[in-house]
Amino acid sequence: MTRKPIVVALTLGLAVLFSADSRTGFAQDSHVGDLTGTAASGKQLYRRYCIGCHGPQGDGNGENAQWIDPKPRDFTAATFKCRSTPTGTLPTDEDLDHAITRGFVTTNMPSWNPLTPQQRADLVAYIKGFSPRWTAEKPSAPINIPPETAVTLPSILHGRELFQKMECWKCHGPAGHGDGPSASTLTDSKDNPIRPYNFSTGSRFKCGETNRDLYRIFMTGVDGTPMPSFADVIQPNDAWDLVHFLRTLQGLHTQEASMWKDYAAKHGPEIKPIGPTAAGGQ
Amino acid sequence: MTAKLALLLAGVFVVGSAVGAGAPAPASGSISGKVTYTGTPPKMKPIDMAKEPSCAKQHTTPVMTENVATGPDSALQYVVVFISAGDTAAAAPSEVVRYDQKGCQYLPHVLPMQVGQVLQIFNDDQTSHNIHPLAKVNPEWNKSQPAGSAPINTGYDKPEFIPVKCNIHPWMHGYFVVLSTSHYAVTGQDGGFSLKGLPAGKYTVTAWQEQYGTQTQDVTVGAGETKGVNFVFKALPY
Repeated sequence: MTRKPIVVALTLGLAVLFSADSRTGFAQDSHVGDLTGTAASGKQLYRRYCIGCHGPQGDGNGENAQWIDPKPRDFTAATFKCRSTPTGTLPTDEDLDHAITRGFVTTNMPSWNPLTPQQRADLVAYIKGFSPRWTAEKPSAPINIPPETAVTLPSILHGRELFQKMECWKCHGPAGHGDGPSASTLTDSKDNPIRPYNFSTGSRFKCGETNRDLYRIFMTGVDGTPMPSFADVIQPNDAWDLVHFLRTLQGLHTQEASMWKDYAAKHGPEIKPIGPTAAGGQ
Repeated sequence: MTAKLALLLAGVFVVGSAVGAGAPAPASGSISGKVTYTGTPPKMKPIDMAKEPSCAKQHTTPVMTENVATGPDSALQYVVVFISAGDTAAAAPSEVVRYDQKGCQYLPHVLPMQVGQVLQIFNDDQTSHNIHPLAKVNPEWNKSQPAGSAPINTGYDKPEFIPVKCNIHPWMHGYFVVLSTSHYAVTGQDGGFSLKGLPAGKYTVTAWQEQYGTQTQDVTVGAGETKGVNFVFKALPY
């Protein structure tokens, strides 16, 4: 009978303790689909699952960070690799949710699919509290991705011309092996060495695995890395051509790869090599 | 009726301009001086552009690095001198600041601009550049600009010293210096600078060099007065 008030007082005390948070934008919510995530719930999850690498301050300096390459994301910079939004803008809540759900292949960031969608939404809300940018700015609208064009040989060939003309090979290499002339010099925005994607490994891309993801990656750029946005310089249909060509570099059994193989078998000698000596390069 | 109105207007105009000419214009002062170094600055190194023949052939003599550019009599070049306190906030001017990528170099090496001013970036080369200003306070973006593509129109909302690089051509290095004041100058080869059009008042003048950081001095400028201020940076050979 006398115990009840004590329990109430304790609960209240705990509530006050957990809401005393000096970070900016603490009250920020996230909206992922129909779910609303709250930073207060996200904080508990962050301390349980994320703090080891991303650190108590969210600056990517957790106790495990020194053993990790690539380094954990620094949330205080609010610069994110995988976005649906243009380069230099904040990602949407869904973008962050997708990143947590998907994880980052070839890095130490696992997929957090085992968490519930609500838990992930709460984490998104909490992560947004680490940078004042989330209170000062709004994420811009996602880039428009038109429906994919048909996979045809002309599309692949035109995509190959773009790979030459846009000088993708300068970093990704003439055959997409990640060994272009500038590859060895690349650093990320924190001056850590970084490798361009090697298509021949055939691994998933960091920001998704579908053709739409591939389209989005080079149109939004991968912020914080040397990979720029091509949104201003590649037209939507041309972008799909480039997607179709890039799929031929992956060494997977795709429609694009078999079309290119057939063409290369018949027209091998006519195919102009990609790289500095090819026309249009210099 | 219309003639009368015209006369009246003309009268007003004459009176108006007479008043304008009669009132003494507020005499504006200026701060000028020279930026020099003591000690031994690092030797600037020739840049090997062999990996980009279209750029290499634009230069008869090798392009040198520019992180500590010096001139005769210990002059320090590419130092931004600006009013960091005491100035009233100025609206962004309508003039566009121009930045060029030419011969795989950034021209100018250090580009000052005002908050909110339109910055136009051109690629004058026959090769692709990616322009990657590594902003921390402002948003960091990274855009590809292939040969022959349209200029990029952009600008910054907050004051910041922003290093600019091209990831494709790692030797390309420059700075955007975003300022809230309209009074700034970049030193030339002689290390000289002049900040003109200053109303009488107390100012803090800051000199910023990309490798040696900032120095400040407080200066009081009287009406129509020209004050001399010099900055000396201690140069280290590394």
